[in-house]
This record gives sequence, structure tokens and C-alpha cells, in this order.
Amino acid sequence: MSATVIGAARGSDAPPPSEKRGGLQRAQRLRNRNALLLIIPTLVLLAIVIGYPIVSAIITSFQKDAGLDPATGFFVQGGFAGFSNFTHWLLQRCPTGDGGTTSCPPGNLGAQFWNSTFTTFFFTVATVVLETVIGFWMAIVMNRAFSGRALVRTAILVPWAIPTAVTAKLWVFMFSVAGIVNALFNSHILWTSDDWPSRFAIIIIDVWKTTPFMALLILAGLQLIPGEVYEAARVDGASTWKTFWTVTLPLVRPALLVAVLFRVLDALRMYDLPAIFGGGNATATWSILVVEQLRQGPNSASALSTIVFVFIFLIAYIFVRFLGANVVQTTQAQQKGELK
Amino acid sequence: MTTAAARVGTRARAGVEEQVDVNRAAVSRRRWTSTRTWVQAAVIIVWCLLPFYWMVVTSFRDVGYTFDTAFWPTHVTLDNYVTALSTHWGNHLGHALLNSLIIGASVTLVALIVGVFASYALARIEFRFKGIVLGLIMGASMFPGVALLTPLFQLFTNIGWIGTYQALIIPEISFALPLAVYTLTSFLREMPWDLEEAARIDGCTSAQAFRKVILPLAAPAVFTTAILTFISSWNEFLISSQLSSDRTQPVTVAIASFTGSLPHQVPYTAIMAAGTIVTVPLVILVLILQRRIVAGLTAGGVKG
Repeated sequence: MSATVIGAARGSDAPPPSEKRGGLQRAQRLRNRNALLLIIPTLVLLAIVIGYPIVSAIITSFQKDAGLDPATGFFVQGGFAGFSNFTHWLLQRCPTGDGGTTSCPPGNLGAQFWNSTFTTFFFTVATVVLETVIGFWMAIVMNRAFSGRALVRTAILVPWAIPTAVTAKLWVFMFSVAGIVNALFNSHILWTSDDWPSRFAIIIIDVWKTTPFMALLILAGLQLIPGEVYEAARVDGASTWKTFWTVTLPLVRPALLVAVLFRVLDALRMYDLPAIFGGGNATATWSILVVEQLRQGPNSASALSTIVFVFIFLIAYIFVRFLGANVVQTTQAQQKGELK
Repeated sequence: MTTAAARVGTRARAGVEEQVDVNRAAVSRRRWTSTRTWVQAAVIIVWCLLPFYWMVVTSFRDVGYTFDTAFWPTHVTLDNYVTALSTHWGNHLGHALLNSLIIGASVTLVALIVGVFASYALARIEFRFKGIVLGLIMGASMFPGVALLTPLFQLFTNIGWIGTYQALIIPEISFALPLAVYTLTSFLREMPWDLEEAARIDGCTSAQAFRKVILPLAAPAVFTTAILTFISSWNEFLISSQLSSDRTQPVTVAIASFTGSLPHQVPYTAIMAAGTIVTVPLVILVLILQRRIVAGLTAGGVKG
């Protein structure tokens, strides 16, 4: 009996068998109600701080920005805009004086949407690939038993703990023309203003800052692999490389996919680093474009942020649907230490 | 007869020598592996710490030696710290530090108070739609900040909230709350809940059992979650850079917009000093609580 009580206390979903069916349902109903009461404050707060802005952004994205009418020169208050805010970005159509549209002139923010899409995707692919590969290596090193392990673990938390704004300023200094990077390589590259150097610089900084986080998530996955599996591989005479491909990688895959998904979504919303580091149009991500548009016309900024949101949502969906990144299940299993 | 025995003996000795050779090879291989591990570990440590070290070293250099490439601090001075904290170029780092503390503490407090209930339910009660609730909170933590920024900017402009503290605190709750719920849930799952049951059998009411037994045990988990939430708020930039004024500007914005005496002169040494002031307390905190922070980060699986 006491075993049942402890079992019930631990599992909390296994009531004692003595309970009748009706009592069981009543107990479940009571649990549902209690859980709901406890969760409602969080859901209400999230609805206010996230739900309201989403709905409001979608509504305002269908309204015209207030401004000077190019045809009459008078100030107009906006009104219903249909899909024009969306076509403005996606098809790069800008309004003309007679109510029609024309392709946006270079220099207009509308003409930059696909450039910034390219930049965003380029940053995402480059940083996530590098961070996964280097993070995996770091995780494997940290997973070995050696006396300095705690030291490595401590060191990799340092880049993570530094605010991105400070990181960006620090690397602006190191990447400046007379800075240490150019001094070390005896080069004179304009890292903060030339197109490709500034892009590469931002990738390097992001890899420096975020790889530790990736390494920790992969390490958590690695530590769930039982030692016997490696023992068996060694008995079978598998080489280190083969063990990695046939044992480590498949077993760590669920944890790895979740880590990669987090990083991808994080890279897609990158703002601080390019905003502070510089590089102009060459490093303008989606988030930077939204912020630049914000004060020029909030309604088309809403349309842009809605587009960005839908894109990011689609990418997350693809990850979960086709790559089988089960975020909830994997993190839950990881928390319980029961990763399969 | 003797020759046969001698032959056997030789063979046996050869076998032993072979075995010794194998052992020696294993030992030397192990030694080689451990050296290799140490070299790799050293590379990781240097790569992670070198930029941070460069910031600290530069913060002590005299302005005239900003771009000195000596590995050790040369022309050491504390002037940069005085400059960083002074207000005569229109910088307000000291005030910004206070702002970041106010904003971070408020965000952490709200996220923890609200989040503790939700995580208790998620960790302890089996109920319908649990998966959906978890998915919603997970989705909220991945939400792009710019999608919130535009509508909130319009709303706060209309009601005159731009440049107030609540304009920064409320949006940041959208990042902090999911993070807090996730980390707390993962910690609470690991709690010895049998003890609560035991206390109730001993005659405590539910509330008493919770207060006397579970709360003290949960305190470290709550504390770690608070640290993670506070760090994430301290590091926030996007929302603060758009919705703050000079009066409410947090440290990240203050550093990003740090100016010198002349428009085109960047006071690098002073910025490095400011960066050191903003970062070093955080780094020390993280180093002290290293174990718990790693546990919180990996269990929650959410970016801090």
C-alpha cells in the first residue's frame, strides 16, 4: 500500500487501484480544474504581451500609412489598404501619385526586402552550420573525463554571459582598421564597412558568442547515451570515426535537432549584432529592416513584421513536421533523463 | 624433453612480452588521448576567454595607447573608468545601470510569481491539454521580438508610454515568462514530491506541506531561474533601443550609443571600461553559480 502511495505521489498520474471509476473521473476533473487555475495567470499574461500585439499587427497591416499624398500634396489619414502593404514588400511595389503602383526605386526600404531576406538566410545557414559543428566538437571534448573539465565548462559560459551589445562593441574595437585582428594578420581590411568583410565579421562574432550554448545543449544529449553502447562498439572493433557516425550521431539526433531549431529561430530574428556592429545594407537583417521602417510608416512595418513572423513560423513548422524535431517531447525527455 | 619444455617456456615468455607490449601501447595511446584532450580543451578556453581578456586589458590602457598590441596591459590607468561613469559627454552609464537593475528586477519578479504557479501545474499535475500548453509556452519563447515591437510602438506612442519603465518591462515579460516557466518546470520535475505526501500523511494540510517542505527544497531552483531570467533581461536590446528614452535607457543601449568628445572619435578605451563594468559582475555571478546555470540552460533548452 505504501508503495502505491509513493508511486502515486511520484507519478501523480497513477491513482491507487482502489479508487472506483467514478471517483477516478472526478479526481481527474478536479486535477484539470486545479491545473487550469494555476496556468491561467501565465496564459492571460502571454495573451496580453504576445497575443494582443499579433492581432493588432495583423489588423494595422491592412491599413494605409498616414502621410503626404504624392498626387495632391495634402496630408492623408490612411484608411483601408488591402494587400498593398504586403505587395509593397513581397513584390516591391511602391505607390505612385495616380493611385497605381510602380517598382520601388533603389534606396527605398521596399526595394531591400529580398536583400535582407538573403542576408538573414545567409547569416542563419552560416552561423548555425558552424555553431553545430564546432559545438559538437566542444561537447565531445567536454564529455571526456579529464581533470580540467570544470575549467572548460566555466570558460564557455563567459561568451554566453556577456550581453550582445557589449560583445558587438568589443568586436567593433577588435575589428577596427587599427585593431588587433588586422594587426595579427597584418591586413588592412575594413571589417565594419565593406560588404563581405562585415558579413564574415558578424558570422565570426555570432559563432564566438553562441557556440557555447550549442555545445551545452549537445553535451546534455551526449550525457544521456549509456556507456555500454560505446563499450559494445569498442568490442566490435569500430573505429572512433565509425562510432561517431553510427552510435553518437543517431543517439544524439533528437537533442541536436531541438538545439538546431532553437538556434535557427534565434538567428532568423538577429538584430543586436548587425545593428551595433554596422555594415549598412550588406548586413541588414529582417529585424533591422522592420526597425528602420517603424518610424517611416508603422502600418507597412506591421505588414513586414507579419511577413517575418509567418516565414519564421513556416520554418519552425517544417522543422517539426519533416525533420521530426519534437521540441516538447525531447525537452521533456531530456528533463527526465529518459531520452530515447 | 628439456628442449620441448624450453620451447614451451620461450613461447610463453613471448606471449607475456606480447601482452606487455599491448599494455604499453594502450597506456601510451591513453596518454596520447589525454594530451590531445588537454590541447583541445586549452584551445576552447583560449578562444572563449581571449576577446573578454582583450576588453579588460584595453579598459586599463591610457587613451594614447588604445591600439597597442602588447599582450599585457601597458600604460595602466583608471581614467577610462572615470570617463565611462562620468556624464560630461552626455553618457549616463551609472543611471543606465540603475535602470537595468529596476527593469531586470521587475521583469524577474513578475515572471517568477506568475510562472511558479504554471510550472507547478506542469510539473506536478497530469491534466488534459498539457501538451498544448507546453507547446504554446515553447512557441512564445521562440517568437521574434520585432513582431511585437511594431504594434507596441504604436500603442505606447498613443498612450504616451514611450520612455516609461512599464513600456520596457511589459514587452520583456514576453521573453522572460516562457523562459521562467520552462526552466522552473524542469527543476520542479526533479523534486522529491514523496516528501510532500509524507508530510500530509503526518498531518500537514496541503498548504502547510507545500510551505514547510516543498518551498525550502524549491528555493535553489527558483533562485537559479531568477538568475537566468535576470540575465536575459539585462542583455535585452531590441525593445529597449526603440521604446526607451534617455531617462529609462538600460545599459545595453547606453553602451551601444556611447559617445566621445568629438562626433567622429570613438572613445574605445572608455567603451571597453563601460563594457567591463557591465559584464564583470555578470561573469562573476555565472562563474560562482556555474553548475546550476548549466543545469538550468540545458534542462530548459531555451536560450537565456
